[in-house]
Amino acid sequence: MPLLKHGRVVDDPWHLVGDDDPLPAEGPVVVTLKRWTAEREALLARGWPLGVRLEPADLVETLVPDLARLELIEVDFPKFNDGRGYSTARLLRQRYRYAGELRAVGRVLRDQLLYLHRCGFDAFEIAREDAVETWIKAVSEFGAWYQRGADDRQTVNALRHRRAS
Amino acid sequence: MYRYDDYDRQIVAERVEQYRDQVRRRISGELSEDEFRPLRLMNGLYLQLHAYMLRIAIPYGTLSSAQLRRLAEIGRRWDRGYGHFTTRQNIQFNWPRLADSPDILQALADVEMHAIQTSGNCIRNTTADQFAGVALDEIEDPRPWCEIIRQWSTFHPEFTFLPRKFKIAVTGSAHDRAALRVHDIGLALKRNAQGEVGFEVMIGGGQGRTPMLAPTIREFLPKADLLPYLEAALRVYNRAGRRDNIYKARIKILVGALGAAEYARQTEEEFQRIKAEGSVELLPAEIERIHAFFAPPPYETLSADVPEFVAAKLDDRRFARWARTNVSPHKQPGYAIVTITLKPVGGVPGDATSDQMDAIADLADRYGFGEIRVTHDQNLVLPDVKQSNLSALWAALKALNLGEANAGLVSDMIACPGLDYCNLANARSIPVAQAISRRFADLERQHEIGELRIKMSGCINACGHHHVGHIGILGVDKNGEEFYQITLGGSADEKASLGKILGPSVPREQVADAVETIIDTYLGLRKDGEKFLDTYRRVGIAPFKEKLYATA
Repeated sequence: MPLLKHGRVVDDPWHLVGDDDPLPAEGPVVVTLKRWTAEREALLARGWPLGVRLEPADLVETLVPDLARLELIEVDFPKFNDGRGYSTARLLRQRYRYAGELRAVGRVLRDQLLYLHRCGFDAFEIAREDAVETWIKAVSEFGAWYQRGADDRQTVNALRHRRAS
Repeated sequence: MYRYDDYDRQIVAERVEQYRDQVRRRISGELSEDEFRPLRLMNGLYLQLHAYMLRIAIPYGTLSSAQLRRLAEIGRRWDRGYGHFTTRQNIQFNWPRLADSPDILQALADVEMHAIQTSGNCIRNTTADQFAGVALDEIEDPRPWCEIIRQWSTFHPEFTFLPRKFKIAVTGSAHDRAALRVHDIGLALKRNAQGEVGFEVMIGGGQGRTPMLAPTIREFLPKADLLPYLEAALRVYNRAGRRDNIYKARIKILVGALGAAEYARQTEEEFQRIKAEGSVELLPAEIERIHAFFAPPPYETLSADVPEFVAAKLDDRRFARWARTNVSPHKQPGYAIVTITLKPVGGVPGDATSDQMDAIADLADRYGFGEIRVTHDQNLVLPDVKQSNLSALWAALKALNLGEANAGLVSDMIACPGLDYCNLANARSIPVAQAISRRFADLERQHEIGELRIKMSGCINACGHHHVGHIGILGVDKNGEEFYQITLGGSADEKASLGKILGPSVPREQVADAVETIIDTYLGLRKDGEKFLDTYRRVGIAPFKEKLYATA
């Protein structure tokens, strides 16, 4: 599946390791929160970049002490309409200042790219051949926003009163 | 009222273009119905029993005369010459064509209206007291705060895929005309001991198959903290609300499961963190800017005594009767608030023809400041009528078949569209409403009975608010036949209560008889001047049950 990062299709160097699969000797891996919690020390000892995949019900707070050690956090959307991942993303970016890659995986629809981006996702697994085109269209579909998000778009509120302040 | 600036215009215009492209892709076959469904729903377009239905937002129930004329035009040009006002301060058109729907949204955008978030699991149209800004008993005007909520909730990136739909209502009066306790969030402006004005926050109410009254989650929230607090309340719900079962996904279930105290604690904690982070922006200058749109219109300085009004009442007792039910006290001396009930004898509650909408827009210009309100009981309101003009206004309304003196009376019913239009319904509502309305056509008798709120839903989803009707009627399906369960004692005001089931449901042709028996029982039991609800609360359900089922 194409991986879109910062609006470009990129190669994916990461390898998702299932809970019962052996850890490969080398290379960056992504594991579930369960495996991360269980094998944290061993994973850190490998010396390769680490990522964690969060399911909708996983509490992001669990990861907070380790955020600086993670280079990738994947947030899974098993159904497009399960919106918990949006809150997860905003908390990671705005509250916990997570600075690594934040990737939306699973059922990611083109009509959600903009909302996901506004919540702080910078990478997307999207089942489309025309991912870049779709991305460009999605992020430029709306040019004004009422609320502050985890992206750098200025709010209407700020724009309205820029001169005054 | 609020006027769009370039940013508001841009957002709505971009939405129309986005939707136009989605419809184009659907019609060309690029999108399947499955893929299109969530997209059209987010633009208020439902697929109903016979056709598409388009639901248009009327934010906090406020319309300008130009907007009402545009709704009339939409009804005439793209529908069948009428529209249906709902309990959510929306208007629904029942017969639009899919291919026309982008043009309808464009026609709305041209008058600063839209269908954004009238469906879907997001924050829906914020509703309000229809007398906001003019009510005599008002502490403060809630409309600026409704507009602030409208903007904050529009395309909120985090809250577009909530566990379920989410409804907020706001009032500024001691008397609750917006059914706060049966909303996901109810906000009441009130004064604290220090004399400051803030919000009482109620969270976790709702109707449907699990009716609940919202508990107070925070007694007093300073006004400037409204948005961070709402953001916190929604975030707790988005993360912890149930998603495994749509019938258990509303916030009322979460608040019930956690307990109000624990939900309040979690929300408070989240609120404090959001505030500290400064992640929700509401500048004082913006609060001021929005408030300026709701400054009082240029009222004339009038005496509170209006001899013409007094004389007209003495002159014509039918006018006096209308004034008693449909005219409410205004905060400005010499003015009045007029309720136009969309409940003529034998009519469909909430329906207005395009011609009626045009005529009401003209009356709003002639006798007001060009403003109209939509009420949660499916009526319209002219908020600023000089008392000296009331008699002329009534004459004009009568000519439109809209002069019925029945606001708050038996025939002023709420009814959902029911099985005649709705996909979800189990039973019809409209013919039952019509039968009751015809049965009590005699206004003299309705006035003798006094205030009585009948509310009817065609299914358990409770769009017709039957749980909070003084008399509630719920359509149920029994082996393909329509039956109606009756509840008594519900109320949606500041002393909100849920109705109790009276007994076995009755077949359709017996509903009007049953209502009549209940009312006759009340008339036999009531003490001087006692309203139906007060009698019910005094005597309980037993005498009603006895009377109704003894005769069955």
